[in-house]
Amino acid sequence: MSIVTVQLGQCGNQIGFEVFDALFNDSHCPRGLCSKKENEAYQASCKERFFSEEENGVPLARAVLVDMEPKVINQTLSKAARSGRWKYGQHSCFCQKQGSGNNWAYGYSVHGPRHEESIMNLIRKEVEKCDSLSGFFIIMSMAGGTGSGLGAFVTQNLQDQYSSALKMNQIIWPYGTGEVIVQNYNSILTLSHLYRSSDALLVHENDAVHKICAKLMNIKQISFCDINQVLAHQLGSVFQPTYSGEGSFHYRRNPLGIDWQVRPPLSGLPPLGKMSVNREIHFNTSIANLVILRGKDAHSADVGAFKDPALYTSWLEPVHAFNVWKTQRAFRKYERSAALVSNSQSLVKPLDRIVGKAWNMFASRAYLHQYTKFGIEEEDFLDSFTLLEQVIASYCNL
Amino acid sequence: MGYLMTFSHVLSFRVVGDGGSISKGKICSLKARAVLIDMEEGVVNEILQGPLRDVFDSKQLITDISGSGNNWAVGHKVFGSLYQEKILEKLRKSAEHCDCLQCFFIIHSMGGGTGSGLGTFLLKVLEDEFPEVYRFVTSIYPSGEDDVITSPYNSILAMKELNEHADCVLPIDNQSLFDIISKIDVMVNSGKLGAAIKPKSLVTSSTGVFKKRQEKPFDAMNNIVANLLLNLTSSARFEGSLNMDLNEISMNLVPFPQLHYLVSSLTPLYTLADVNIPPRRLDQMFSDAFSKDHQLIRADPRHSLYLACALMVRGNVQISDLRRNIERLKPSLQFVSWNQEGWKTSLCSVPPVGHSHSLLALANNTCVKPTFVELKERFIRLYKKKAHLHHYLQIEGMEESCFSEAVSSLSALIQEYNQLDATKSMPVEDLPRLNVAV
Repeated sequence: MSIVTVQLGQCGNQIGFEVFDALFNDSHCPRGLCSKKENEAYQASCKERFFSEEENGVPLARAVLVDMEPKVINQTLSKAARSGRWKYGQHSCFCQKQGSGNNWAYGYSVHGPRHEESIMNLIRKEVEKCDSLSGFFIIMSMAGGTGSGLGAFVTQNLQDQYSSALKMNQIIWPYGTGEVIVQNYNSILTLSHLYRSSDALLVHENDAVHKICAKLMNIKQISFCDINQVLAHQLGSVFQPTYSGEGSFHYRRNPLGIDWQVRPPLSGLPPLGKMSVNREIHFNTSIANLVILRGKDAHSADVGAFKDPALYTSWLEPVHAFNVWKTQRAFRKYERSAALVSNSQSLVKPLDRIVGKAWNMFASRAYLHQYTKFGIEEEDFLDSFTLLEQVIASYCNL
Repeated sequence: MGYLMTFSHVLSFRVVGDGGSISKGKICSLKARAVLIDMEEGVVNEILQGPLRDVFDSKQLITDISGSGNNWAVGHKVFGSLYQEKILEKLRKSAEHCDCLQCFFIIHSMGGGTGSGLGTFLLKVLEDEFPEVYRFVTSIYPSGEDDVITSPYNSILAMKELNEHADCVLPIDNQSLFDIISKIDVMVNSGKLGAAIKPKSLVTSSTGVFKKRQEKPFDAMNNIVANLLLNLTSSARFEGSLNMDLNEISMNLVPFPQLHYLVSSLTPLYTLADVNIPPRRLDQMFSDAFSKDHQLIRADPRHSLYLACALMVRGNVQISDLRRNIERLKPSLQFVSWNQEGWKTSLCSVPPVGHSHSLLALANNTCVKPTFVELKERFIRLYKKKAHLHHYLQIEGMEESCFSEAVSSLSALIQEYNQLDATKSMPVEDLPRLNVAV
């Protein structure tokens, strides 16, 4: 089963390149620490998911590149082609000349409808190349104008046109201290719209990844390239093939097949205590955790600690909330590696911060004229705030 | 004297003639997307005889002979109506050559007659004819010792137009430019240290040749402004890890339509021929950007209130350098309560010629207020005596109400800045959030 990646805006395209590069490099890693047959099965599975074959044998990334200005896409295309090992399809890009001006409203209300047909056509072409479509991986930032606004629009369209395919959005949270002054507005608009049309939001915060580069990797002068490569490494370790279950001999067919839909018990949620975000969240309560183990001893590793009921909300049994995927095949020369994908309260604080800052700015009405100019009214902002406060409250009540 | 320049998103030049001249790499086949306007011929003629004569298309000129006599009313009302059609025609032609017209750069002075009067007349024309296209105005404000007596009148009348029809204004004053070149002069002539300065790296240099004491000071001063515009557009022209387009400037730095005046600073002023630039030297570049000595108008952003700030970095600077410096400088700067983290940043990989890195800071800051207050005071001193007023009132379409409206427009603007300043020492409180049912 295949994944079609949609790369949106500068961030989406820069990261997308690193992701495909990481996936390709890993699948062609000579030291997989497993049998040749194993390695070949792994490679074939990875290939099917992320690359299609071109006539002269150079794998083509299953990706559509979208940006409202040409510089980044041009760079991305040439970087990939230069490597000689894989590349993007020449006609898989959609580009304009003027950018979105960091304006969510412009990306969503102007670029979206204007270029809907062209972009959806490109995506359709990529989907038709797949024997079987597992879903979409949409890479975008929240802070800017294209990734955020146009990204929300495209995701909505994907929901309409491919309702049975999974849509996972990789969202980049901007640094807390400005990259873009209106980033909090753009973020709340993005999140509230994605909540209605995406199946899963996979979140990476620039601040967190920056800390990894600084503290864990000791990089002195950290560039966006460093940050993107760490991100790509993490994503690769989630998306590369793993076995379906105990004793299975085939690589899992649906790479996005994490059970994203968690349903509260039919009897209803327990009565709500008085909720406030200021209450210390002593323990990070989860709804779902997925551990992915790769390499030596993956099959015998003890993951019992993840099944502790204290980790999960009271209305969930660990057996419903916890999953583990494994493969002996090592990831990118790491003898052993593990990844954790978690749906828990850990994002409440950052989300709350963004909502708070956006709310303060909204109260002063600053910058609103830039949005109302393109059809996003105060009401749309209020709707977004309401939805996100509900999300925060729901998570706090776990 | 007034200039009007259009600037396309991708290419700042268009190609004239057949493709053959492109392949030979001849710069003469590139033409500036510009319209040059002056109501006297001297300056434009000088340009057309100078080293850049091939860059400007002779068909894109609008000149007259008599000049505007340092009279805004002559520039705005007389020449405005006289040349409106011609101006529109040239603009439309220029626009047709653009794949994607994103913004207009208007470059003019406030104190004279043509740049001030006809320049601001043009703003209205642009707004009507190309409503979707951003209007960026670089305005040279009159200094204290300015020799044009009527400059306060001209400036105030022009300010009203800037208030109403510009998307973004970068005020600059000659005194600040002069102070900067004096500082450079001192450095360059200071013996050993001076010899270590790379000539091409001066923020005043244009052709890369440092001419000692031969240049008229205005050439050096104008080059600073030229470098400002280069840095402003660098991220749109070159690649980088965090691009910033021109339309993002307005989006991020203009929180309310009327508060669109941005104070700019350029650093470094020069580079020493020192290849190994340790982070400390780099950090100095960031510190300097906030010092009052590096601003292009007389302003002290450090001691006033920020509404928003943009840092446009060029060269070998990474995101961690940017973040480190923002963290370091933040505590000493005051931001308005609803924009405590009001930073917009960009990283362009290509540095300016002769530098390894450079920084352009744009601040929407109440420090711009004193310039306006002074201007208003000089205006009132003149207006009270009705000095030279008849030169204006004798022009058709000019009445005393033009003056009173212009000064109220400025007063209203000053009042907005006053109100913001009043919030400076107030504690920042979080507002109560929405209460929702889950």
